[in-house]
Amino acid sequence: MRGILSFAALAVAMTAGLAPAQQVLINAAGATFPYPMYSKWFDEYHKKFPAIQINYQSIGSGGGIQQVTAGTVDFGASDGPMNDTQLKEFRDKHNGAEVLHFPTVMGADVPVYNIPGVTAQLNFTPEALAGIFLGTITKWNDPQIVNANPGVKLPANSIVVVHRSDGSGTTFIWVDYLCKVSKDWEAKVGRGTSVNWPVGLGGKGNEGVSGQVKQTPNAIGYVELIFAVQNKMTFGKVKNASGVFVEASLAGVTAAAAGAAKGMPADFRTSITNSPGKDAYPISSFTWLLIPNKIQDPAKNKAIKDFLAWMLTTGQTQAEALAYAPLPKSVIVNEQKAIAKIQ
Amino acid sequence: MSASSTITANTRPARRAPTWLQRLKSGDEIAYSITFLSALSVLLITALLVFELYKNSAVSRHKFGWSFLFTSTWDPVAGQFGALPFVYGTLVTSALALIIGIPLGVGAAIFLAELAPPRISDALTFLIELLAAVPSVIFGLLGIFIMVPILRTIEPALRAVLGWTPLFQGPFYGVSLLAAGVVLAVMIIPFIISISREVILSVPGDQREAALALGATRWESTWDIVVPYAKKGIMGSIFLALARSLGETMAVTMVVGNEPKIHSSLFAPGYSIAAVIANEFTEATGDLYTGALIELGLVLFALTIIINGAARLLVMSTSQKGAG
Repeated sequence: MRGILSFAALAVAMTAGLAPAQQVLINAAGATFPYPMYSKWFDEYHKKFPAIQINYQSIGSGGGIQQVTAGTVDFGASDGPMNDTQLKEFRDKHNGAEVLHFPTVMGADVPVYNIPGVTAQLNFTPEALAGIFLGTITKWNDPQIVNANPGVKLPANSIVVVHRSDGSGTTFIWVDYLCKVSKDWEAKVGRGTSVNWPVGLGGKGNEGVSGQVKQTPNAIGYVELIFAVQNKMTFGKVKNASGVFVEASLAGVTAAAAGAAKGMPADFRTSITNSPGKDAYPISSFTWLLIPNKIQDPAKNKAIKDFLAWMLTTGQTQAEALAYAPLPKSVIVNEQKAIAKIQ
Repeated sequence: MSASSTITANTRPARRAPTWLQRLKSGDEIAYSITFLSALSVLLITALLVFELYKNSAVSRHKFGWSFLFTSTWDPVAGQFGALPFVYGTLVTSALALIIGIPLGVGAAIFLAELAPPRISDALTFLIELLAAVPSVIFGLLGIFIMVPILRTIEPALRAVLGWTPLFQGPFYGVSLLAAGVVLAVMIIPFIISISREVILSVPGDQREAALALGATRWESTWDIVVPYAKKGIMGSIFLALARSLGETMAVTMVVGNEPKIHSSLFAPGYSIAAVIANEFTEATGDLYTGALIELGLVLFALTIIINGAARLLVMSTSQKGAG
């Protein structure tokens, strides 16, 4: 279909007596979480500018970082920012060139649970979530949970924790949040796409976690907001940094990014979990494109810059239809300035 | 070579040994070369595999040495990697699969080959071979949605009867070493049945007739004559089944619980080598982490060779005894 379209475009250009536009093929690889969004963007962009085709392989964030560092793709994508060691590795391999981080859309994690006899939407404090996942809170009727949920009758059953078994950006967001709200978590477990879980069962993918939560009485797990919305799952509210219990929503995620925008570093490598603002949903995160700041091929260079500009304007309007949270204004403005850093 | 050619020359002076060109023309040499290359490529692929695994795990091998095999912390954040829980989970689930799978598989093969009416045997065999072609992710899904709930209902009975052993204690969440073992058993049974049946069918009819003529019952001829005759082939089917269960990834990770800890109870969750590689490799960053995962691949390879080698030795020693 694409082939026919581009062929038709080529034919039209030739019959019109114009020189056929130079075909630009750009390869990219990385995160799976924003893949539906990216594939829609790249497809729309290709329809609008048939000469430009961006191939995206959703091989995972770790793979995206590796591929862009190895130089096998034109740009990468990741759910977690590259750390300083990884940036240094890139510099060493590419004669001092840098990787630029461009936030594209945002996602969030929500707690899902299955407690027999409880249908109410539960409230979770940061202390309760950290305690449950550390294994220090073991019963559903623990005061930490009961006090946040007046009027809900919680059973004295043991909590079964379910987490992701595969390395995942979803896990990164979840544990990054737990690191920020719990000193114990940061000291004992830390953050990463896979961690050494103190307790719990592992499920593969969002569907694995939600499947195990649904099947196991008294289980709690975490899944991506999009996944929970699409599968009509009930999920808990989480208390944010301003002390308000917030139900995850696209607006709440955008609010979290807006709250974090003020102190945001110039390279956009920042976590927006537990960010200030009374509407901000605390377990939110950007997902990034990883773009080298030196792109030799002038055609590719222009195409990537043009795409970024388009993504920050037209592209953002398409995010909500696919249940991704669009970037707040303040971040978009800064990113538009950052495009000039690509040489 | 020269000796044999002189003998030929002496005994049949009229016919010369065919030259290389003649052999090439007649196709023998071509067939030899092609099949030789095929055989060689298997060897090369295996060698290349081991070499790559060995080379790419260098960082992890140097950092952890042999302790990689004997420690049980798996902490990607802190960069601490130990393979023991995965080795344990792989061995336990595979052993469980064989314990369940061998009696059922061999029993079914004997029935289909020796006792069942041919029409039923053919129909059932067709179904079993179909089962062998089902993708493992399907078994995993069946495991999660059908088998785990069933296990949950029979768990109290298991606990009541066998709860005094350490194997059936502690809380049961459904996903567990037990669940993985049962799913693996279901997956390997078709292999055991299919190959064992072929082997039993290929036992010469004279053997059965001789046994029956000596006054053996149908079952006696089957169990004492036919099955021992086919023992090597049946063992072969079990090796193949074992290899499949050791390396099975998808179905295991879906039902095993994916917890890298060692529990004595089969009710507890566990993890397997193949499952952790599949789960974590895509998102693994840093040389040490990927190195550790690749080293796990090397460990699995070594494990498979050791187990297969040991099993083959066992068969050789027992079959020699049988012959003597």
